[in-house]
Amino acid sequence: MNKIISAIFGFLLVLSFTTNSYSRDQIKIVGSSTVYPYATVVAEKFGKSGKFKTPVIESTGTGGGMKLFCAGVGANHPDITNASRAIKPKEKALCEKNGVSEIIEIVVGNDGISFAHAVSAPDADFTKEQLWRALAAKVDVDGKLIENPYKKWSDIDASLPNKKIEILVAPPTSGTRDAWNSLVMVKGCTKTAKSLHEANGKKPKKACTRIREDGYAVEAGENDTLIVQKLTSNPDAYGFFGYSYLIANKDKVKAASVEGVQPSLEGIQDYSYPIARPLFFYVKKAHVGVIPGIQEYLKEFTSKKAMSNRGYLAKIGLVPLASDKYKVTRTAAIDLNVINIK
Amino acid sequence: MTKEKRLKKRHNAEKRFRFYGLASIFLALLFVLILVQNIFSKGSSAFMKTAINVTVFYDPELLGVKNGATKDEILEADFFDITIDTLLKTFPTNNLDEENQLIDLFTTDAELEIKNALINNSNLLGKTVSLEITSSDDIDQLHKGNYPRDLPEERRRISNFQLSIYDNFLENKKIIKNFNNYFFKNGDSRDPEIAGIGGALVGSFYSILICLLLSFPIAVLASIYLEEFAPKNKITDFIEININNLAAVPSIVYGLLALQILLATIQLPRSTPLVAGITLALMTLPRIIIPCRASLKAVPPSIREGALAVGASKFQSVFHHVVPLALPGTLSGTIIGLAQALGETAPLILIGMVAFVVDIPSTPIDPSSSLPVQVYLWSESAERGFVEKTSATIMMLLSFLIVMNFLAVYLRQKFEKRWN
Repeated sequence: MNKIISAIFGFLLVLSFTTNSYSRDQIKIVGSSTVYPYATVVAEKFGKSGKFKTPVIESTGTGGGMKLFCAGVGANHPDITNASRAIKPKEKALCEKNGVSEIIEIVVGNDGISFAHAVSAPDADFTKEQLWRALAAKVDVDGKLIENPYKKWSDIDASLPNKKIEILVAPPTSGTRDAWNSLVMVKGCTKTAKSLHEANGKKPKKACTRIREDGYAVEAGENDTLIVQKLTSNPDAYGFFGYSYLIANKDKVKAASVEGVQPSLEGIQDYSYPIARPLFFYVKKAHVGVIPGIQEYLKEFTSKKAMSNRGYLAKIGLVPLASDKYKVTRTAAIDLNVINIK
Repeated sequence: MTKEKRLKKRHNAEKRFRFYGLASIFLALLFVLILVQNIFSKGSSAFMKTAINVTVFYDPELLGVKNGATKDEILEADFFDITIDTLLKTFPTNNLDEENQLIDLFTTDAELEIKNALINNSNLLGKTVSLEITSSDDIDQLHKGNYPRDLPEERRRISNFQLSIYDNFLENKKIIKNFNNYFFKNGDSRDPEIAGIGGALVGSFYSILICLLLSFPIAVLASIYLEEFAPKNKITDFIEININNLAAVPSIVYGLLALQILLATIQLPRSTPLVAGITLALMTLPRIIIPCRASLKAVPPSIREGALAVGASKFQSVFHHVVPLALPGTLSGTIIGLAQALGETAPLILIGMVAFVVDIPSTPIDPSSSLPVQVYLWSESAERGFVEKTSATIMMLLSFLIVMNFLAVYLRQKFEKRWN
């Protein structure tokens, strides 16, 4: 019995010892699930290139990632956090309070979504609110929240075509759907609807993104190619998918304008096209040189091999940065330029 | 009502009860059968992988190493050119696009496989050998019949050109099915054909080991003290009630506790089996204490009194006589507790185990995932190849649980003494 007791104490001693001398030789990354697929691919390539261990990536969501990232400096805190939006002032303040005063911002690329239909259909232009009204499960009509009554586009606005609403939506598991939800369904949701949802005890952001289930919005499979196929065969149907698919299938589908703007590489890159957003990751400068490999990871991520139009990230759906922005990002990654967090 | 009628009624009630009992057992078995059948039919193909036979010429010039090069020199050499050469030789192509399509039929690790073959046998330098290169996930799924080929080309991930290469390979018997060693050896990957549960297995092993080392001695000592030495009063009653309550606390609560205390206060490293083990130990403690106390209670008082009567001290009577007799029940309780801990996911989410970890952990303080977490991560991945991998991981997890539960039953039956 004495042996068991001494074994336990021995174990605890070793434990406290290992904790005190604990340091890391492996990069730790947390944050956005939208950036996760890109970051994991870079991390795997980085690990295979040999000298460093493969970074560990946790998908915690942007907010959760920021919380962990800003908790402090030291081996117990992550080195990098992925984000599908820029860091908020509140988060900057938290970072500064905890001594994380030097942060490097890397813009990974852009997330752009096109709302498209067959080439044979007449051109169309929608506002975000119209798109939301066509898709939402519940909309506000005359100050009341009701099940979506719109059957034709012209029911929403007389200026729209007198055609049945038919939209192919991406499955809830896809990143495209997430981006669509935050950029169109939340932004297009009217103030009245938001406050009515809130009055019903529901979170407006979540309630606004619920999609109607009465047959006017059809859930399509994971396969974006299939959506293109369906749009071609039915000129009245609309669908949304990543910008890269629009380009690859220009012969079959074309994009509707949103808020009067056609999607284009430049439009997504400078966000004049409204359904586009930049993706980021943030690096703790204090960890560079302490945790081995951070600078090399930044170089790999921002290399032309990964980030350019022909890079491997573009192949899995990232809209690359415009060349001037790429230069800024690349310089930030090489020179470790920090952002102002005051 | 007559006597006969009443008798008949009572008999009928019994018959009905027997029928309900049987029906519910069959229903339960049916569900288990459907579950197992579903998992096995999806998962069993993951234990095999598809490989393509290619001919490699280890050209010293192309590699930039001399004949008779040392291992270090080979490790440094660039195998990119030789890989591309080898793969392109397998089928005639006309343009860059077709070349890329051909290369896409092989795993992203083709270069590594060609390199490793030479590292394992440096005599191959300057020679032409035939190698089995793992195929890409798409070809693997197509060959296993998990991916339909009779769709129109636009709806397929594999182009007509790639299909024609595949058919050509099939005809020439270049396509082979091998045992999928990657599934057990490799860590996680974004490419299903090279993704494995190696890291998760090691992570789970360390977590359970630490959980056992912590929870077993504490639980046994606590239950011995409470059962044999502690006075029976309101305080011990209160403790007993609380232990029973703790056993029923949802496991995610322990995850929150670990997040606050182990990660935030003591600052143990995140995503590691060490933290997972301690968290699972907290969760398992009450689940071991309860069966432990039950088996101590089951030892008849005559044993204790007999020992005391021949002059043994209380300590001797407990540790020389009572504890050995209670051990089988204690052990089986521990094993069942550990089996529960093995399948636990919820607390691990909070301590950062749900992460993409490629490297296989070598110590308990390296980041790692665990088996149930790997199931969760893969089930969310879009790639087709992860469907069978998910089910295969569940199969592994189930088989561990079955072995552990079997062991628990075996130990109890083998060593248990009956008092009658």
